[in-house]
Amino acid sequence: MSTTTLSPAATPSRVAWLALPGAGYLLLVFALPLAILLATSFQAEQGGFSLKGYTDFFSDSYNARVVWNTLKTALTVTGLCLLIGYPVGFAMARASLPVQGLMFLALILPLSVSVIVKSFAWTILLRSNGMVNQLLMALGLVDEPVKLLFNERGLVIAAVHVFLPFMVLPIFTVARQIDSRMKEAAATLGAGPVHAFLRVTWPLSLPGVVTGCAFVFSMAVSMYVIPALLVGDRYQTLPALMARAYLFMRDRQAGSTMAVVLLLIAVAVVVGNTVLTRRLQARGRTSGDAA
Amino acid sequence: MNPTLLSRWSSRLLLAAVAVFMLAPLLVVVLVSFSNSSVFNLPTGDFSNWSMRWYTAMLHKEGLGASLALSVGVALGSTAVALVLGTLCAIAIEQGRFKGRDALLAFLVSPLLMPGLVIGVALLQALRAVGLRDVFSALLIGHIVITLPYVTRTVHASLALFDMRLIEAAQTLGLSRQRALLQVMVPALAPAFLTSGLFAFLASMDNYPISIFLTDARNKTLPIEVLRYLEESPDPTIAAISSCLILLAVVVLFVAERMVGMRRLAQF
Repeated sequence: MSTTTLSPAATPSRVAWLALPGAGYLLLVFALPLAILLATSFQAEQGGFSLKGYTDFFSDSYNARVVWNTLKTALTVTGLCLLIGYPVGFAMARASLPVQGLMFLALILPLSVSVIVKSFAWTILLRSNGMVNQLLMALGLVDEPVKLLFNERGLVIAAVHVFLPFMVLPIFTVARQIDSRMKEAAATLGAGPVHAFLRVTWPLSLPGVVTGCAFVFSMAVSMYVIPALLVGDRYQTLPALMARAYLFMRDRQAGSTMAVVLLLIAVAVVVGNTVLTRRLQARGRTSGDAA
Repeated sequence: MNPTLLSRWSSRLLLAAVAVFMLAPLLVVVLVSFSNSSVFNLPTGDFSNWSMRWYTAMLHKEGLGASLALSVGVALGSTAVALVLGTLCAIAIEQGRFKGRDALLAFLVSPLLMPGLVIGVALLQALRAVGLRDVFSALLIGHIVITLPYVTRTVHASLALFDMRLIEAAQTLGLSRQRALLQVMVPALAPAFLTSGLFAFLASMDNYPISIFLTDARNKTLPIEVLRYLEESPDPTIAAISSCLILLAVVVLFVAERMVGMRRLAQF
């Protein structure tokens, strides 16, 4: 890497100060407010430290069920995205360049379109006389319309549509790097396809899988617009409950408690992702050295 | 059929199915917006079922113009600020020699990984504490938090690929340092500025979770207004609005594709 800097006067240590406005901004407007929010959630009514917000929140069985719903839906969405995204990422890596280009378009165009537009589209498609039901009946898969809207099914379908690109793209990136190496490895070892997959392909693709799952899960846990349009109030999730506590109930204590629970889930995912990625990189390095 | 041929056809089928799954919802919205029916039907058969009535209705929709103006204003402002601050951060991280540069980059990109609703709530409390009640300023402050990471990440990635020796080479060829920077580095980074700016703009235009806490009854952004229409009076006017938003995404992608190519857009 070159050590040339932007101007002769700008020594590497002085250049560092250029980050000050941006970093200071985020510190003041992003990190500090989050820290204050965290602190408020532990504050008793008379001041002083208290866990009452949390004990109150989790002792209510309704709230506990909402947290469970939120985690369950996010896990389902992540699992389905992985199930679809994994073979798609690999199929893309092996496809010809024009096909790859078309697939990029098919993934990135929806990614650039507003979430509200996509959710709205699914409310049209999933109605009882909507196109999905018409298709299912025309194919003879069902005899009468399936209820897909205002329940968890519709929510999961729309969420998979919104988040799938975030799973496919990182898996595509690792799949493209593996492809040639895997063929050599399988050939030298003379392993069968299942064995080759479990011992070679899957471990090598893990960095992409971990990144994709972390992205999808953290977004699926905190999604708000998609459930609002596809389920409404019938199926409460943590983000919806939290927003309602602030916007309609004016209950700051409950709101900040839920916000912190949501924040902790997001931080756990980010930390887990970083730790796992580091470990996989370290393992990749040692196995690379051994070979 | 031999096994490689079978696997090739099954992967083609899979890719085709996913492409249809991803694009069909957008296509359906566009088709519905041109339908004469008021119950979200596809326009079929003869020409009388097609109409522009929902686009006419869109133009007369109350509050839509104001919310569009607010959203565009906030998106332009927050993108402009993010381009300046984000580029400075990217230069500092790429050129500076200080400890914790990776940690700093992770911090600068972290707002993208945090729940938007939580950022919104935290910011609302902070802004109330300092007594700021102006909606436009509050939205601008909040949206910079999400536009800044886009610019920092993309410009940093582009700067990391830029060979600073080109500047020296240009100087050897007789350009002053300032001219060398302007004529060699700025064009090399232009695609990164443009694409990160475009995607930051789209992210701001589409933001709902932060905006919901910072707007009031009179000043609404476009996503908040559209979601309200959907909850109160869903009719194909929303399909017309949605089609316009899809067109915006298509235009942005077209420009970005011209500048850097689809392949680099897909990199994380």
